[in-house]
Amino acid sequence: MTQLASGKTSDHARAGAVSTQPWLTALRRAAAERFSAVGYPKPTDEDWRLTNIASISRTKFAPAPAHLDDEAAHLIRDAAFGPDAAIELVFVNGHFAPSLSQTSRSVRGLTVTTISQSLSSSPAILEQNLGRLAEITDTPFIAMNTANVHDGAVLHLARGASVEKTIHLLFVSTTGAEPTQSFPRVLIVAEENSELNLVESFVAGRGVHLTSAVTEISAGSDSRINYNRMQRGCEEGYAVTALAAKLSRGSRFIGHAATLGGNFTRNDLKIILAGEGADATINGLAILSGDQHCDNHTLLDHAAAHCPSHELYKHVLADRSTCVFRGKILVRPGAQKTDSKQSSKSLLLSDDAQMNSQPALEIYADDVKCTHGSTTGPVDEEMIFYLRSRGVGLEASRHLLTYAFAADVTRRIKAEPVRRRLEDFLAAQHGLPRDLRITDLGAHDEKAR
Amino acid sequence: MSLLEIKNLHARVAAPGGRDILNGVNLTVNAGQVHAIMGKNGSGKSTLAQVLAGRETYEVTQGSVTYDGKDLLELSAEERAREGVFLAFQYPVEIPGVSTDYFLKAAVNAARKHRGQPEMDSVAFLKLIREKMALLKMDPSFMKRAINEGFSGGEKKRNEIFQMTVCDPRLALMDETDSGLDIDALKVVAAGASSLRGPDRAIIIVTHYQRILDYIQPDFVHVMLKGRIVKSGDKNLARELEERGYDFLDEGEAA
Repeated sequence: MTQLASGKTSDHARAGAVSTQPWLTALRRAAAERFSAVGYPKPTDEDWRLTNIASISRTKFAPAPAHLDDEAAHLIRDAAFGPDAAIELVFVNGHFAPSLSQTSRSVRGLTVTTISQSLSSSPAILEQNLGRLAEITDTPFIAMNTANVHDGAVLHLARGASVEKTIHLLFVSTTGAEPTQSFPRVLIVAEENSELNLVESFVAGRGVHLTSAVTEISAGSDSRINYNRMQRGCEEGYAVTALAAKLSRGSRFIGHAATLGGNFTRNDLKIILAGEGADATINGLAILSGDQHCDNHTLLDHAAAHCPSHELYKHVLADRSTCVFRGKILVRPGAQKTDSKQSSKSLLLSDDAQMNSQPALEIYADDVKCTHGSTTGPVDEEMIFYLRSRGVGLEASRHLLTYAFAADVTRRIKAEPVRRRLEDFLAAQHGLPRDLRITDLGAHDEKAR
Repeated sequence: MSLLEIKNLHARVAAPGGRDILNGVNLTVNAGQVHAIMGKNGSGKSTLAQVLAGRETYEVTQGSVTYDGKDLLELSAEERAREGVFLAFQYPVEIPGVSTDYFLKAAVNAARKHRGQPEMDSVAFLKLIREKMALLKMDPSFMKRAINEGFSGGEKKRNEIFQMTVCDPRLALMDETDSGLDIDALKVVAAGASSLRGPDRAIIIVTHYQRILDYIQPDFVHVMLKGRIVKSGDKNLARELEERGYDFLDEGEAA
C-alpha cells in the first residue's frame, strides 16, 4: 500500500490548518449542529420516501484512509484522462493524491488549488463562496459533508479566461472490511465571461463505502460552464452527490450527469437561474441492473426573467433495478418569459424493474412557458419490427435500440473523453462493436476508407 | 416453380377476440413478375403485406404461404428478410439514435452472413449506398441522420425505397408507397423500384390508386375486398377501378 498523504501539498497533513480559520470552524460547527438536529432523512420525508437510506443510517462508517490499494490503482488507471485533460486532480477516499495528479500544466487565468492551499493563498474566495450555494439546510447529506470538509478542489477562473481543454476531477473510493466514509468537496468560481469544461468522475471499488460529495459552482455573468459528471458505481457502497450552481446574467450552463450502475446512488442537483438571460441545460442518464437503485432529484430555480432551461433525463432499467426521477421547476415571481422544457424517458428492460418519474412545477409568474413530459415503457415493438423486417435479429434489435435510447443523451456531450467512455460502456453492455459511434458513424466510415 | 404461393390464407388481429382480416387469400407470384394489389381502405391489402413480412400483431389461422420452396410462415421476420423478402412500410417508424448507414450495414451484413458470404467492408458499402442514393436522388446527409427522424412523409417513403434497393430483395412488397408523394417524388420512387425488376425477382405493389402503376407497369392487377382477392386482371383493371371506383365490386359481391 502506498501512503499518499505524505507530500507537502497534502491536505490531510494540514487538517489542523483547515480548522484554524474561524469562519470555516463556524461553518463546520453549524453544519454539524444541523445534522445532529435533523439526522438522516426519514422515509416520511417527501424528498426521500422513494429512497430507503436505512442501510446507511444503521451503518457505522469510519473516516476513510488515504490508502492506495491495488484496486484503487486499477480504477484510477482506468478512469484517468491523462493527456486528454488539461489538469487532472485525483482524490483517493476524499484525500488529494498529488503523485497521481497532473497539475503542472498552467492554464492562463485558471487557478487550481486544494481547499487547504486555497485557505492560505486565497481565503477570500473560499470564505465568500463555500457553503453559500449548497446550503446545509438543503439536505442532511450536504450538512454532513460540510461538517466534515477537509479536502477537495477549488477552481477559480479569472475574468475572460477560457479553458477549452477538460479539467478532470477524479474521485476514487475503496475500502477494506470496515465501512468507511469520505466527503469530497469542490468549489468552482467562474468570473465574468470565462469558460470552463469540467468533468467530475466518481468511481468506486469493493467494500461498503459512503461517498457524499458536494460541488458548488458560481457562474459569473456571461460565463459558459460545461459540466459533466460520470459515476461508475460500486457493488456495495453508497454514492450521494449534491451539485448547486448559481447562474448570473447571461451565463450558460450545460450539465450532463451519467450514473452507470452502482448499488445506491442519490444525486441532488440545484440550478439557480439568478440573472436575466441565464440559460441552463441539464441532461442525465442512468443505466441500472441487478438490484441497483438511483434517485435523481433536480431543481431548476428560475429566479430571473428571460431564462430558458432544458432538461432531459433518460433511464435504462434492467432486472430488479429501481429508479426515481423528481424534476422540479420553480418559477419565482418576476421570472417572466421563463421557457422551461423538461422530459423524463425511461426504458424498462424487465417486468421487475421500477421507475418512478415525478415532474413538479411551481409557478409564481404569469407569462411563462413550462412543459414537461414523461414516458416509461419497454423497447418499442414497432421499432423492433422495423429493424427485424430488414434482417436485424430480435436480440440485436433490442440491443441496438437500447443503445440508441441512451446514446440520445451521450451524443449531446461535448467532452470527448466522457462521451467516448460512456459510449464504450454502452457498446460493451450491448455486445456492439467498441468503435461504434452511432452519432458520428459517417466520420468513422470516412476514416475506414 | 412460383416464387410465392399463397393458399387460402386467413389471418386475424393477434389479440383475444381479434378481428378477422384476411379471409382466404389465394395468389401465385412468379419470378420476373410485378403484381399490384388494389382495394379500398380496410380491404386487407396492407395486412396481407405485413403478414408476408412476418408481423406478429397478426395471427395466421388458416392456409399456407410458400416462398422459394420454403414455408414462409415458419420463418421469423428477420429470417424472411435475410431470405430476400422486403417490406417497404406504409408508415415507416422513426428511430432516434440509430443512423441509417449503421442500420443498413447491419441489415446488409445479416443477409450476407445468412447466405454464407463475408461481411461487406466499409469501402464497398459506401460505394453501394452512394450509387443507390444517386438513383433515389437523395441528399447524402440522410445517411448520417437517425432513421426517419424528422423526415417528411415523402422523405420517409423515398428512404424506404432507397433501403429496398440497397437490400436487393427477391420479393419486394411496397405498402402504399405512393400515398403522400407528389408527382416528382413518385417518379423517382417508381424509378428506384423499377430498377429491381428482373427475371429472378418479383414486386408486389399494394396501392389504393392507379397512379403509381403508370410508372411501374404491373403484369397483373388484383382487387381485394373483405380480406379476399375478388377480381384479377391485367393493368387495364387498374384503369377501370380508377374510372369506376371500388363500389361496383361491392355491388357485384352482393349480387
